[in-house]
Amino acid sequence: MGGGGIGSWRAWQRSISAIPRVLTTVPIRDPIKIIKPALFVLMLVPLALLIQKGFTHRLGANPILKIEHELGDWGLRFLLMTLAFTPLRRLTGWQPMMRLRRMFGLYVFFYACLHFLTWLVFDNSLDIHDIARDIAKRPYVTVGFSAFVLLVPLAITSTNKMVKRLGGRQWRKLHSLVYPIGTLVILHYLWLVKADRHLPIIYGLILIGLLATRVPGFFKRIPVPASRRIAPPPVRTVPQPT
Amino acid sequence: MLIKKPPDIKPSEITSKSLFLRRREFLSVSINSTAAIATAGLAGGLLAPSAAQAGTKLQGIVKSPFSTKEELTPYEDVTTYNNFYEFGTNKEDPAEYSKDFKPLPWTLKVEGACNKPGTFQLEDFIKPHQLEERIYRLRCVEAWSMVIPWVGFPLADVIKRFEPTGNAKYVAFTTLLDPKRMPGQTNSVLDWPYVEGLRMDEAMHPLTILAVGLYGEMLPNPNGAPLRLVVPWKYGFKSIKSIVKIAFTETQPPTTWNMVAPNEYGFYSNVNPNHDHPRWTQKKERRIGDLFKRPTLMFNGYADQVASLYAGMDLDKYY
Repeated sequence: MGGGGIGSWRAWQRSISAIPRVLTTVPIRDPIKIIKPALFVLMLVPLALLIQKGFTHRLGANPILKIEHELGDWGLRFLLMTLAFTPLRRLTGWQPMMRLRRMFGLYVFFYACLHFLTWLVFDNSLDIHDIARDIAKRPYVTVGFSAFVLLVPLAITSTNKMVKRLGGRQWRKLHSLVYPIGTLVILHYLWLVKADRHLPIIYGLILIGLLATRVPGFFKRIPVPASRRIAPPPVRTVPQPT
Repeated sequence: MLIKKPPDIKPSEITSKSLFLRRREFLSVSINSTAAIATAGLAGGLLAPSAAQAGTKLQGIVKSPFSTKEELTPYEDVTTYNNFYEFGTNKEDPAEYSKDFKPLPWTLKVEGACNKPGTFQLEDFIKPHQLEERIYRLRCVEAWSMVIPWVGFPLADVIKRFEPTGNAKYVAFTTLLDPKRMPGQTNSVLDWPYVEGLRMDEAMHPLTILAVGLYGEMLPNPNGAPLRLVVPWKYGFKSIKSIVKIAFTETQPPTTWNMVAPNEYGFYSNVNPNHDHPRWTQKKERRIGDLFKRPTLMFNGYADQVASLYAGMDLDKYY
């Protein structure tokens, strides 16, 4: 089973790493220039569908709750996708894909904002007293709100200018906040469901998997296809003193 | 020019294959229901006993002074937004997965500390009672609410018929256990069958009813067909659905959600805006159809009628 597993893993990896090669054979100098606007529109589709269903009364008996949950779900899904960039790049070696990551991250923030606003306006009628009490007293609100607050500096420092100003190392340090944010979001989901925890557990396992790829040495255990193996530097014999 | 000759048989007249294959079943159902109508006397002409008849209009319903005059939640919302984990945990699941559920024929067992225990066909069980319309507020523990025109009869009248003995301090209810008919029961999210209970004085209270219908028709499947409890001053989950057993007990019976999370759901589970669920507030609720939330009322607005049941009790302890 182990051999078969490795074999199929290789096949899978080969097909994944074929994607950038196929993309580079497309007679377009920079495929990202096409992929990016296409994804930009695609990632608005969940919102467009909500709006369309809202106006045609197809959100069920409790449309506000449905909207709130859908917006939260999409924020979380895009967050997991954002976290998938680094391991995918490691697997494919396709560097240009990283130019899409910021858009994913900003979409996380976009859906999180709408989710948060729905809660502020419709669940709490913007009543500051109620809002403050809920944040302080309800653990699921506390962690959800914390995740949202932590997203703000990441969104603010997402511009090229800010990256330059902070410097790569600082910027990366700040943006590693995305790991606690992901964890808080999963807790937020787990603590608010009544009894059926299937979905938050599935999302939680995906998050754990994605975080595991950050553990140093994770990719060393995965065989790299020969075609992509970097040739080791020639061994130079150091002359020994006689 | 080509003039098309109309086909001899219109497509609309062709019996679908699936229906054709079920022709014997159709025949046997019709024969059975005809026989049943002839013999059962229709629970005083109120309830058609043939299967798959949920939605049948109920006759001879009288109004009740206990009804609220608030605006009714639309039938569509009442029947498509339900917590009925026997048919799935999403609100839309019960409407979807109870489509094939055939509530009738239905057998109900009455047992425990009473002089007249027994097993009854639903029609016979209902027959002695005058059906009333009771328009009640329903407040779910998840902070949403509806206004539903139930059709039923006081549980007190039922209890009197079975002559509970002096040992009967509580009334326990059990939902049907049949994973084949209730697919949600294959999911171990709750400990099946669903059980609920009331203290005897709560069960005897005139607001407490057994419902067999809503909006003037037999209970739709997602709402707990064919027989359910309705206790309007308690959170919705106390109003157990699809009841197959009623038992008089001396000790407080176990209740399903209390077993799932005793710190979150108590035996009493009275609607109480001053006692928050540990994970969310109970101060407000969204009436289905509203954009914004409204304040939740003590005992769901039935405090004048029921507060005396709990006089001297610490409602933060007995939540």
